[in-house]
Amino acid sequence: MLIRHAPDLTDNDVTDRALYLRRREFIGGAAGLGLLGAAGAASARGLTYGPGFSTTETKTSRKDITSYNNFYEFGVNKEDPSENAGSLKTRPWTVRVDGECEAPASFAIDDLIKGNKLEERIYRMRCVEGWSMVIPWVGFPLKDLLARVKPTSKAKYVAFETLMRPSEMPGQRWDTLAWPYREGLRIDEAVHPLTLLAVGLYGDVLPNQNGAPIRLVVPWKYGFKGIKSIVRISLVEKQPATAWNVLAPREYGFYSNVNPAVDHPRWSQATERRIGEFRRRETLPFNGYGEWVADLYRGMDLKRNF
Amino acid sequence: MDASVKRAAKSKRPSKTQDNLVYAAVWLACFAPLVWLAWRAFSGDLGANPIETLIRQIGVWGLRLLLVGLAITPAARILKKPRLVRFRRTVGLFAFAYICLHLLTYIGVDLFFDWGQLVKDILKRPFITLGMAAFVLLIPLAVTSTNGWVVRLGRATWQRLHWLIYLIVPLGVAHYYLLVKADHRPPLVYGAVFAVLMGWRVWDALAKRTRA
Repeated sequence: MLIRHAPDLTDNDVTDRALYLRRREFIGGAAGLGLLGAAGAASARGLTYGPGFSTTETKTSRKDITSYNNFYEFGVNKEDPSENAGSLKTRPWTVRVDGECEAPASFAIDDLIKGNKLEERIYRMRCVEGWSMVIPWVGFPLKDLLARVKPTSKAKYVAFETLMRPSEMPGQRWDTLAWPYREGLRIDEAVHPLTLLAVGLYGDVLPNQNGAPIRLVVPWKYGFKGIKSIVRISLVEKQPATAWNVLAPREYGFYSNVNPAVDHPRWSQATERRIGEFRRRETLPFNGYGEWVADLYRGMDLKRNF
Repeated sequence: MDASVKRAAKSKRPSKTQDNLVYAAVWLACFAPLVWLAWRAFSGDLGANPIETLIRQIGVWGLRLLLVGLAITPAARILKKPRLVRFRRTVGLFAFAYICLHLLTYIGVDLFFDWGQLVKDILKRPFITLGMAAFVLLIPLAVTSTNGWVVRLGRATWQRLHWLIYLIVPLGVAHYYLLVKADHRPPLVYGAVFAVLMGWRVWDALAKRTRA
């Protein structure tokens, strides 16, 4: 098998290191640039790369990652998001975190980016349509954010919501999906160390077409679980409604864990085409992350809970 | 074709050169999408997933040409250009060629000749089942497209056999529709075009009956 996990990954060849260390300048913009730059460099030196979470597989090219996207808010074709997402204004931006928690709060995006230790995570991404990529995200674990609002014992699930702004998201003028886009995780999935809130890609600020300014990445689930341009995260007691499940409940389950043994009703999930490769390759259970996440589903019928 | 149309066709027959030029233009038009796709493939302009783009584009052009084929008879009647109907065979055979290429790309490039997977796909995936059914039904139409076969079968039998196209095109549209994840507008547009072309035929048949 090709998937190897470096024990302590220092792989930072994705972009020039000097450029990478300056990423907070791009993020922070003009305000207090000098100060921010210094602070950013200091904390970046102490970056912790998730122990063994990044794959050493060949990364998909930046061009492919940023030009082949499913982001229906900007159109249904793969090239639509890269062509149309320029209209999205990602500042100012706040993420409301509320629901079953002791300290609900709204976070300005720049505070989120500054207030969390950013890591690079090179994850496989498997789309429900049968293709996959290897993507170097920059972000922080969702659990770090959730800890700040102190979830109560009633917080059994986490519900996510994308921005609703048809003036900047032309796809929302058509009711292809029930806007705004919604996603959800079980609380144990949400606080899993693999579950990431990404704010960067290839060492740069996350491009709009990839879900700027902040998006979810759950590498053992099909890509559509990775909700983009998040404005609200709610801790809830009941399993939340999710966009694709509402559209076609037989085809897109709440869990949507990558599973080669459970076909999509209309096509096989046994194989995938890695973007940039010619031959299809076998799809792995939990997208190859089974050693870390299979325990979450012990005793569950994964065919029924697809 | 009724007798009056045939007479009209004979009286206005253009010169051989003119005829060849028009044929060449039709051939070039039918070839153009393939040349354009080949050019894009050659210059690396098929996007991040070129194989999928190729399969889908070739398939869509097959469907478009089938619809063009179905539009020729109404166009010939409405525009009073009866000789247009001679292009039905050319356009139909080009549609068949595109669909063959579509299927070949799927089997040879996407599945890489994994015949077991092909059989599974045909049995388990409704959209592939329908697409394959449409392809199989097209074969007899392509084979009997020659003048020789019209004579051999007799005009009436040949005509009845070729009515299969009225089943094949909706199968193709359904094949497309079932593949789409959320935005069904594109396949519905092709469905609507087919419905209009069929509507004209029904209206025409009813009008003939009232005249008779």
